[in-house]
Amino acid sequence: MSVLKMQRMTVCALKRDRKAILEKLQSLGVMEISGIPETEEGFDKMDTAQQRAGFEKAAALADQAIEILERYAPEKKSMFASLEGKLLVGTEKGRRVQEEKSELLKTVKKICSLDREYAERKSEIAKIENSIESLRPWLALGVPLRNTETKRTVMIPGTMPGGTAADDVYGVLSEQCPGTEGVDVEIISSEQSTVYLAVICMKEDAAAVEEALRSAGFARPSQTWERTPEAQKAYLEQQIAENRSRMADVEEMIRSFAARREEIKILADYYRVRADKYAVLGEIPQSERTFVLSGYVPACEAGQVESYLTEKYDCQVETEDLKEDEEAPVILKNNPFSASMESVVESYGLPSKGEIDPTSVMSFFYVFFFGMMLSDAAYGLIVAVVCGILVWKYPRMSPGMKKSLKLFLYCGISTVVWGILFGGYFGNIVDIVSEKFFGVTVTPPALWFVPLNEPMKLLLFSLLFGLIHLFTGLGIKGYLCIKDGKIMDFFCDVVLWFMLLVGLILLFLPSSLFASIAQMEILFPDWVNTLAAVLAAAGAVGIVLMSGRDKKNPALRLALGAYDLYNVTGWLSDVLSYSRLLALGLATGVIASVINQMASMLPNNVIGVILFIIIFIVGHAMNLAINLLGAYVHTNRLQFVEFFGKFYDGGGRPFHPFKENTKYAEVKEETLL
Amino acid sequence: MSELGIVYALLGAAVAVLLSGTGSAIGVGIAGQAAAGVVTEDPGKFAKVLIIQLLPGTQGLYGLLIGFITLSKIGVLGGGLADLSVSTGLLILAACLPIGVVGLLSAIAQGKTAAASIGIIAKKPDQFAKAMLFPAMVETYAILALLISFLSVTGIQV
Repeated sequence: MSVLKMQRMTVCALKRDRKAILEKLQSLGVMEISGIPETEEGFDKMDTAQQRAGFEKAAALADQAIEILERYAPEKKSMFASLEGKLLVGTEKGRRVQEEKSELLKTVKKICSLDREYAERKSEIAKIENSIESLRPWLALGVPLRNTETKRTVMIPGTMPGGTAADDVYGVLSEQCPGTEGVDVEIISSEQSTVYLAVICMKEDAAAVEEALRSAGFARPSQTWERTPEAQKAYLEQQIAENRSRMADVEEMIRSFAARREEIKILADYYRVRADKYAVLGEIPQSERTFVLSGYVPACEAGQVESYLTEKYDCQVETEDLKEDEEAPVILKNNPFSASMESVVESYGLPSKGEIDPTSVMSFFYVFFFGMMLSDAAYGLIVAVVCGILVWKYPRMSPGMKKSLKLFLYCGISTVVWGILFGGYFGNIVDIVSEKFFGVTVTPPALWFVPLNEPMKLLLFSLLFGLIHLFTGLGIKGYLCIKDGKIMDFFCDVVLWFMLLVGLILLFLPSSLFASIAQMEILFPDWVNTLAAVLAAAGAVGIVLMSGRDKKNPALRLALGAYDLYNVTGWLSDVLSYSRLLALGLATGVIASVINQMASMLPNNVIGVILFIIIFIVGHAMNLAINLLGAYVHTNRLQFVEFFGKFYDGGGRPFHPFKENTKYAEVKEETLL
Repeated sequence: MSELGIVYALLGAAVAVLLSGTGSAIGVGIAGQAAAGVVTEDPGKFAKVLIIQLLPGTQGLYGLLIGFITLSKIGVLGGGLADLSVSTGLLILAACLPIGVVGLLSAIAQGKTAAASIGIIAKKPDQFAKAMLFPAMVETYAILALLISFLSVTGIQV
């Protein structure tokens, strides 16, 4: 249960060592560079924007090449590839890639340009196919479309509106230019909306004939060719074939680079890391011979970093505690069990200054409530086993993923426990199967009780667990008040509330209302009843008097106090909110029973059994999925709204160390010393 | 004793399933439209928006739960209809109303909230837990209604 203590480390070193020091810090990944002193006389910041942009571009190029390789030669990936984590690369290999980087970058560029060529060829083929399409109606014409003429005659090729027959054309011609002779009209082909034709006429009549045809909707073809349509088509097809074979070559060439995929990945990461380094390099002030660097380092690492740097380089390292008003970045540090719940806290908000890390307290309740909501031993076992296998099988998955899977592993185990307590195994599958196939009804006994038979009992326990959860939250608030030395706050905001609430609960327990709910009567001795009344009254009066203690005006102070007392209803609704523990648990069990019931209605023969199994698998898979989601959502809600509402704001800033932010590969680092 | 008792009781089961199921269908539909929009822009967010789209679906399950319990209570499941008086039948009908009505309305409201939360995922995918919480707040009231319906149905003596 803790937030790592941060210290500020300031390094002043010689300029000639700056790259080595930065690289070392980056590979250690323990420092968040920040709060760099304002530029002083003699210190300048170096402009590294250009180099940075260069590295970023190289990284982007390499990314692109990897994408291209993936497209042409997809890597074989299993279903769980995303769990495998980053490639682990030996230092030796990392160094070799750095040495070959210019040559590798050439390969990358080559891959990109080959891909471009592939795309160009592809669009070229589409273009050619288009012109073949426009050529098709002319195929029956045995002469070229362009400049076809004899000594005296000329051919005018073109299109007319659909349905035009040769006679129509003659009609038009004889009407519009009666003087022409020897005109021959040949319909080459006709389509729904267009007729393709060639008109042959004397050279001197050509202009008049064309004019006349135009008035009837004639148009010259948009494309003409030197060759005959048939020859042109053959030529174009030849070109397509050439492009195709080139494309195949290109594809083959790109594929031949697939073996270098790993190196390209390392290269991409190398440039990414260098871009980050140059970003920092551009931030730090440098004089002619020295530079200054400052940032947050976790206190537990600071000593090691300091001794390493001072031993290896000529430099001055100062480590100091943070100033009072400084808001340090936050790293959570917990035992392995609670650490898996850190992501839950992170998603709400990291502890801000002065708050404690609620993870370890929360983790217990989290697992407890989750199991109670899912409350089916078989479901829990499935979840736990699946998560366990994945965690065990893919040790190098990303840390966030690992934490989430572990979270569900623990929740699954808790679910198994609750399932055994409540006697839920796939709902009531044991009863159904034993009755249907063996004729005797066997009910696995619940270790505690069956919620469906005694819902009121479970409701009361749910509320009780809720009350414990909420009181824990209020207790933590009290602890924080004491830690900060705010005794007054501790008394007014925590002790008075405890008095009021405990008093009210003690008053409620012997009442007839409770007796009718719980079906049991609780009788306290008189002194307890008196104590309860006193506690409640004192608490209430105290809250009314003290809540508005920072206000001078007595009327306002009382009004604020009364308003704060109204929060008792808030507590009531908070406690009732825990009834979802019962409701969700019932939902899992009853819906599982519905599925079993449906399956059991089938006849008792081979087909019936097969269908039984299918319904069983599909139905329970769906029920598990939806209830897993429900349990997750509502457990989070209970923590975030009810529990954190009592003492925790969040709002801390996560620690972003200067480190090697790689995408594909991790270079195995030699350890610090 | 009257024939009508069992009719009212069955009507109760029908109301529980009908209304809450309709509500969930509408709610999931509303959220689904928003989810589809996000996936067109960024297919990588599919899993996240799908989870949020599913949230308004639980009311239908709660209705099913009450319907199922009612059916098995009045003997429609497993044969042997119970002999119900009219007043018992009406009691069961009344017991089914909370999850029916609250399920209908809360699922629709939750669907709208889920659609808005999907908007959060579209812009800030890292805020998944918070986005999930808003629709979950609405669901509380469906859970309370479920609880009362459940306690009433199991509490009525047949």
